[in-house]
Amino acid sequence: MSENEPLLSVHNMEKHFPVTAGLFKRQVGAVKAVDGISFDVFQGETLGLVGESGCGKSTTGRLVTRLLEPTAGKVVFEGRDITHLSQGKLRPLRRDMQMIFQDPYSSLNPRHTVGAIVGAPFRIQGVKTEQGVKKAVQDILELVGLNPEHYNRYPHEFSGGQRQRIGIARTLALKPKLIIADEPVSALDVSIQAQVVNLLEDLQRELDLTYVVIAHDLSVVRHISDRVAVMYLGKIVEVADRKSLYSAPMHPYTNALLSAVPVPDPKARKERERIRLTGDVPSPLNPPPACRFHTRCWKAQEICKQVEPPLEERADGHRVACHFPENAPAAATPAAGDAQV
Amino acid sequence: MTAPLDVSGASAQVPPEATLAGAGRAVQGRSLTRIAWMRLRRDKVALSGGIVVIFLILVAIFATPIISLFGHDPLEFHQEAIDPNTLLPLGDFGGMSAEYPLGVEPVNGRDIFSRIVAGAGISLLIGFLATMVSVLIGTVMGVIAGYFGGWVDQIIGRIMDVFLAFPLLVFAIALVGVMPNEGFGLEGNGLRIAMLIFIIGFFSWPSIGRIVRGQTLSLREREFVDAARSLGARNGYILFREILPNLMAPILVYATLLIPANILFEAALSFLGVGVNPPTPTWGGMLSEAVRFYTLPHFVIFPGLAIFITVLAFNLFGDGLRDAFDPRAH
Repeated sequence: MSENEPLLSVHNMEKHFPVTAGLFKRQVGAVKAVDGISFDVFQGETLGLVGESGCGKSTTGRLVTRLLEPTAGKVVFEGRDITHLSQGKLRPLRRDMQMIFQDPYSSLNPRHTVGAIVGAPFRIQGVKTEQGVKKAVQDILELVGLNPEHYNRYPHEFSGGQRQRIGIARTLALKPKLIIADEPVSALDVSIQAQVVNLLEDLQRELDLTYVVIAHDLSVVRHISDRVAVMYLGKIVEVADRKSLYSAPMHPYTNALLSAVPVPDPKARKERERIRLTGDVPSPLNPPPACRFHTRCWKAQEICKQVEPPLEERADGHRVACHFPENAPAAATPAAGDAQV
Repeated sequence: MTAPLDVSGASAQVPPEATLAGAGRAVQGRSLTRIAWMRLRRDKVALSGGIVVIFLILVAIFATPIISLFGHDPLEFHQEAIDPNTLLPLGDFGGMSAEYPLGVEPVNGRDIFSRIVAGAGISLLIGFLATMVSVLIGTVMGVIAGYFGGWVDQIIGRIMDVFLAFPLLVFAIALVGVMPNEGFGLEGNGLRIAMLIFIIGFFSWPSIGRIVRGQTLSLREREFVDAARSLGARNGYILFREILPNLMAPILVYATLLIPANILFEAALSFLGVGVNPPTPTWGGMLSEAVRFYTLPHFVIFPGLAIFITVLAFNLFGDGLRDAFDPRAH
């Protein structure tokens, strides 16, 4: 957090996918994939975005990079509102904001050579390089730990980890400021995941990058993030810096998620309490009213079904949306929270 | 993902990793097209189909020198080879001899060999050009429908349904029947051939169009399209540089399979007398004339065999091409 002004700022962003039925495509409902989320990302930091499948994390990534059009809310990048900029006006800004994709088998065009794939950003953005595109591409390949001689090879000649490095090389080509990484390692073997995560960290140091890492794997997020946001059914339920989130989670959902992380030590495994959530994630078509977690929360009371808890700061930099947070300092009692509502 | 490759060929082209580090020269990757070609080279059936196709194309191109070397003018009458009483060819097997290798036609004694060689050109010309017309229309419509989706897809989809439901044969007979002898700067058989190419090509594009649409639909959802878009690529770039290269293989395969269908269709139209005008030799026209002389099997067999071999060769080659480009199809 080197600057006060955030690099990326998201305010009450929503994305509702319409559900239509019948001959005339009447809208009968909407999948509320992202339902009013706000967060800031500061220069040089890594924000982790975690949550179960279908909670809207990937949609959030695509909204920020404007691959999807937000239904409501605001996306501010470097102090500029980009929520509804046209694709033409957005084009020059895309140099500064890049995306790493989840599936390295689908994110590289099988008909293009590595050179063409990593060189595409130069071609699309019309960027001139000092010693030609080929030299620039080879430098980037070397930077991500690939053999620059493999310039003329095709994606199918590489392993999953190498392919993900090619994808990372492509995002680095234009020296972006912000990189949105959508599940950057979840498609890789566990043995390769660490390599790629470490590569991302090294690159961050070298190139002064800012990351938003979207993942469902809590240990990956713990390893790479400075701050972590937990999502549930299209909402952010808790944001805190890594240490405070992992050591003293406040939201019951975060607690449950953390208790599900496998513990390698059998002794410690016996001692810790495992929280098992009952039931399924409710449908985002018809999410529960007020606190969305109340259907599965063991602490839920009447108020949870009637009043939506705001995302409030309960400790230094630790914000949570819950009426009955755990591990909360005594000053911020539930009663105080209720009084405000 | 790695294809089963010819090991000897592979090691010759790609040096092992160990030698790469110090070698300091660019490594040439194997594109999917080259891998498909390597697979095709090991498919003996497809390869022989391909060889026959090439042979037929060469025959069509060099029809004139071949005819002057081995036969007679395909339009020339040879009364000396015909029995003046029965009007049937003199000699056994329909007049087969060193002079007329495949015999002569009854009544007018035209050289069957020359007529089959000359007919190859017309069959292949119409087959190829009609296929090009349908590939062109089918690709453009299919890509647009698949990429843009929504109401554009709906409209193009309904147009395809209409074309597929069209009674093409009846329409072709009617259209060729009322066609003038001159038009579009062409006359006589030139106009007829152009018309046949247009009719056959214009009505067979939906089959290619549907395949292209389906492929585009699935390619559009691939992440490399999102990646290009997140780099700021325009629709034109995504269509031509990202999607179209991935469509070339299915288009090539289905074009190869459409050519024999179009050749058959041309033969059918000529057989029905609405194809190319009579003195010009076509395989379908020869078959139609031969029906009247069922006592002379050679007259039916040779043009029929020509159609059969051509269609079979194209189909075998096309099937092999499909297997080579998409080994998971089976």
